[in-house]
Amino acid sequence: MADNKKDMPPELKEKLKAGFNQEWRKELRKSFPMKERMKIKRQKMPERNPDERNQDFFEVNRGLRAKAAVAEAKRCWDCANPQCVKGCPVGIDIPAFVKMIEIGDFDQSVRKLKETNALPAICGRVCPQEIQCEVVCNLKKATGTPVAIGNLERFVADYEREKGDMFIPSLPPSTGKKVAIIGSGPAGLTVAGDLALKGHKCTIFEALHVPGGVLWYGIPEFRLPKKILEAEVDYLKKLGVELRTNFVVGLTATLKELKKEGFDAFFVGTGAGLPNFMRIPGENLVGVYSANEYLTRVNLMRAFEFPEYDTPVYLGKNAVVLGGGNVAMDSVRTAKRLGAEESTIVYRRSRVEMPARIEEVHHAEEEGIKFHFLTTPTQFIGDDRGHVKAMECIQMELGEPDDSGRRRPIPIEGSEFIMEADLVVVAIGNSPNPLIPQTTPQLKVGRWGNIEVDWDTMATSMKGVYAGGDIIRGGATVILAMGDARIAANEMDKYLQNHKKK
Amino acid sequence: MAKILKRERLVPNVHVIEVEAPEIVRKCQPGQFVIIMPDKKGERIPLTVADWDKKKGSITSVFLVVGTSTHKLAELKAGDDIPVFVGPLGKPSEIEKFGTVLVAGGCFGIAAIYPIARALKQKGNKVITLIDVKANYLLYWEEKLRAVSDQFHVSSRDSFYDCKEYIPHTLESLLKKEKKIARIHSIGCTYLMYTCAEATRPYEIQTLVSLNPIMVDGTGMCGACRVTVGGKTKFACVDGPDFDGHLVDWDELFMRRKSYFDDEIHSMCYWEKKNFP
Ligand SMILES: Cc1cc2nc3c(=O)[nH]c(=O)nc-3n(C[C@H](O)[C@H](O)[C@H](O)COP(=O)(O)OP(=O)(O)OC[C@H]3O[C@@H](n4cnc5c(N)ncnc54)[C@H](O)[C@@H]3O)c2cc1C
Ligand SMILES: Cc1cc2nc3c(=O)[nH]c(=O)nc-3n(C[C@H](O)[C@H](O)[C@H](O)COP(=O)(O)OP(=O)(O)OC[C@H]3O[C@@H](n4cnc5c(N)ncnc54)[C@H](O)[C@@H]3O)c2cc1C
Ligand code: SF4
Ligand code: FES
Repeated sequence: MADNKKDMPPELKEKLKAGFNQEWRKELRKSFPMKERMKIKRQKMPERNPDERNQDFFEVNRGLRAKAAVAEAKRCWDCANPQCVKGCPVGIDIPAFVKMIEIGDFDQSVRKLKETNALPAICGRVCPQEIQCEVVCNLKKATGTPVAIGNLERFVADYEREKGDMFIPSLPPSTGKKVAIIGSGPAGLTVAGDLALKGHKCTIFEALHVPGGVLWYGIPEFRLPKKILEAEVDYLKKLGVELRTNFVVGLTATLKELKKEGFDAFFVGTGAGLPNFMRIPGENLVGVYSANEYLTRVNLMRAFEFPEYDTPVYLGKNAVVLGGGNVAMDSVRTAKRLGAEESTIVYRRSRVEMPARIEEVHHAEEEGIKFHFLTTPTQFIGDDRGHVKAMECIQMELGEPDDSGRRRPIPIEGSEFIMEADLVVVAIGNSPNPLIPQTTPQLKVGRWGNIEVDWDTMATSMKGVYAGGDIIRGGATVILAMGDARIAANEMDKYLQNHKKK
Repeated sequence: MAKILKRERLVPNVHVIEVEAPEIVRKCQPGQFVIIMPDKKGERIPLTVADWDKKKGSITSVFLVVGTSTHKLAELKAGDDIPVFVGPLGKPSEIEKFGTVLVAGGCFGIAAIYPIARALKQKGNKVITLIDVKANYLLYWEEKLRAVSDQFHVSSRDSFYDCKEYIPHTLESLLKKEKKIARIHSIGCTYLMYTCAEATRPYEIQTLVSLNPIMVDGTGMCGACRVTVGGKTKFACVDGPDFDGHLVDWDELFMRRKSYFDDEIHSMCYWEKKNFP
C-alpha cells in the first residue's frame, strides 16, 4: 500500500510559501492576533434533532451559516508551517482557502479548493478529517480543538452550488484523444474532470444505471444527498464528458475491444465491489444481507419507498449490523430509519478500534443505536421458514497488536450467548471487483485481487492503462480514490501527448 | 435507455420481448442473461437471452408473467423505452462436442434452452429436446426447437399428448432408451430443474441447471444471488448461472427464492389498484 505520510513535495512547499507571503494574508494575520483567534469557540455544525431525523432520510447536518463559517475561519492562525496540509492526502492548500473565507471571498475560496479537490462538497461531508487534516492542526495542539476544516470545505462548496452558477472553466481545443474511464465512483469522476479540462474526449462506462459508485448506492441520502452528486455529474457533462451507464466493461465489451474502437488510454476505477462474508453456518438464511445488497436496495433501488418503488427490503424489528466501519454505521442507521425497534452494532474489537468516522459514531449514538463491542457471531439460527431469528455469539478480548497495529481480538472460550436478530447486515469489508482483472489477463493483480500499479504514476502493467481508488487499495476512502485519480490523470495526459494514433 | 422492438404474447401468461441492444448482441452467448428494469421505479430482474439477431442488433427474451415486474413488462409496446437493459451477464454455457446431449425446458425455459440446443447442434452433438407443458396450448417455439433437435419430445399432463407425466418421468424413460446421453441441460422453474436433477442422479449423468435466485445488480456486487453448490457459497450471477444440479443445495434455493413472498403480493396488489382501479 502507498505511504501517505510522505514529506511534502517541494512544489507544494513553494506554493504554500508564496501564498503565505501574499500581502493580504500578512495584513490579515496582523489585523487579528493569534491569542484573540484562540478565544473563538469552534462553531457547532447545526444538526437535526436525533429523534426526528432517525425517522427519515433527509440530511443530518444542515451546514454552517455564512457568519459562522467566517468566525470559524478566523480561528485559523494561517501558520507558516501548516501541518494540516501535510495531513491532507491530496495536499489541499488549506490556509489559503480558509483565509479567503475569512475575508468573505467565497468564490475564490472554492476555486482554490478545486485546484486540488474536484469534489469538495462530497469530501467536506465524508472525509475522515479527524484522522487527516484536523488531527495535526496546530490549533489542536494549542487548544485541543482544531479548525473545522471539513465543515468549511463543505460550506464553500455548498455556497457555490446553491448560488446556481457553478464555475465552468474554459476548455482548451480538443486534442482528438479518446479516454475510456471504467467506473463512475469518485476516482472515475475525478479523472474525467481533469482530463476533460486538458482537452481529451472522456467517456465513462458504468455497470449500474446511475453514476456515482459507492457515493450513490452505498452512502445514504442522510449523509450525502444525491442532489450533490447529481450536480457534480452535471458539471462533468458540461465539460463534455460522455456517460455510458448500463455498460459492464469485461462483459458488454472488454478493454481490448474498447481499444479497437479507438480509445487511446484507460482508467480503471471499478472499486471494491465484492462483499466479504463471515463464512459461518446459517449465513445464507433469509434476512442476512451483505451491506452492499442492503444499501443498494435502499439507496439505488429506493426500497424505502416500497411499494411505490418495486424493490423490497426486509424490515427487521431487531436489526444487527456486523462491523465497525462507515459501512456498518450507514447500515445500522438505515435499519433504524426503516423502523427497526432495536438497531445494534456488533463489533469484534472495542470502541477505540472502530474505523468509522467519529462524527458518524456520535450521530449513531444520538439516534439510539446500540453497540455491542468485543463480540462476534459464530452462527446464524433460522426459524422453520428459513428466516434468521437469532445469532450465536462469542465474546472476545483484545490481545497483542496485529499487522494493522490494532489489537487482535481473541475469543473467550465458553462465553457463547444467543442474541436475537431478525435482520442481519454483514459489513465486514469488500474486496476489489474481479470483473476487469478476470477479463483482462494481461493486467497484473496482487494478493487480494487488487490491480497492481506503480504508485508514482498509477500505471498498471498494461501500456496506456491506469488504475486508482478501491480497485488498487481494497476498501479505502473517497479522498484517497481522488488522490490516485489526480496522479493518474496527470500521467495519462503526459502519455496521451506522446501517444500517436495508429 | 433501450428501445423495445416487439412485445407479444406467445401463449397465455408467456410473452416474448425483443429489445434493441447492438452492444449486447456482439458479445452474447448461449446461457447468458440480461438484467432489465421495466420503468424508473421498477426492480432489476434477470431474463435469459433466448435469441438474438446480429444484423438487427436485437436481443429476444421470453418471460412468464408472475409478479409486478413481469406484469409491467407485459404492458410494454414496440417503441417504448426502458431504463435498464444490461448484459450479457453470467458465464456462457459450456458448449463442446459431448456426443448426445439432452436439453430439457419448461415454461420460459422452452425459449431459454433454445440457443443452447442450437449451439450444441452446431458443434455436432446429437440433440434430444424434451419440453414440458401443462397443456398443449402452452407449447410455443416448437418449429424453432425441432429445427435444431434430432429428437423432440413433450411431457405433459394433457390428453393431447398420450402421456400423463411430468418431466422427470419422461426423462427417465428416455434415459433408459437412449443409453449414450453424455449430459443433460435443463432450464425452467426451480422445481423443474430440481426434479430433472433428481431423476438423473441415479444414472450419474452430468446434469446442468441454470439457477434462478433473486438478483439485484447481476455483476457480483451484492451477493443476493448466493447459492450453495457442493458445500460452497457461489454468486449465481458471476459464477453461474449454470451449475451441476447434483451439487446444488435445492432446499436453500427454494427458501431464498421465497424471501419476499409477502412483499411481492403487496407490490402486485398496489400496482393493480393503481392501474386498474
Ligand atoms: C456504505 C459506505 C460508506 C462509506 N463511507 C465513507 C466515508 O464516510 N468517507 C470516505 O472517505 N469513504 C467512505 N466509503 C468508502 C468510499 O466510498 C470508497 O473508498 C470510494 O467510493 C472508492 O471510490 P472508487 O471510485 O474507487 O470506487 P467506487 O465508488 O466503488 O465506484 C466504482 C464504480 O465502478 C463500477 N464498476 C465496477 N465494475 C465495473 C465494470 N466492469 N464496468 C463498468 N463499471 C464498473 C461500479 O458499479 C461503481 O459504480 C464508504 C463506502 C461505503 C460502501
Ligand atoms: C439468471 C436468471 C435468468 C432468468 N431468466 C428468466 C427468463 O428467461 N424468463 C423468465 O420468465 N424468468 C426468468 N428468470 C426469473 C425471473 O427473473 C423472475 O421470474 C422475475 O424476477 C419475477 O419478477 P416479478 O416482479 O414479476 O415477480 P415477483 O412477484 O417479484 O416474484 C415472483 C418470483 O420471482 C422471483 N424473483 C423476484 N424478484 C427477482 C429478482 N430480482 N431476480 C430473480 N428472481 C426474482 C421470486 O423468487 C419469486 O418467487 C430468471 C432468473 C434468473 C436468476
Ligand atoms: S494547521 Fe490549523 S491553524 Fe494552522 S493553517 Fe492549518 S488549519 Fe489553520
Ligand atoms: S446479483 Fe448481486 S451479486 Fe449476483
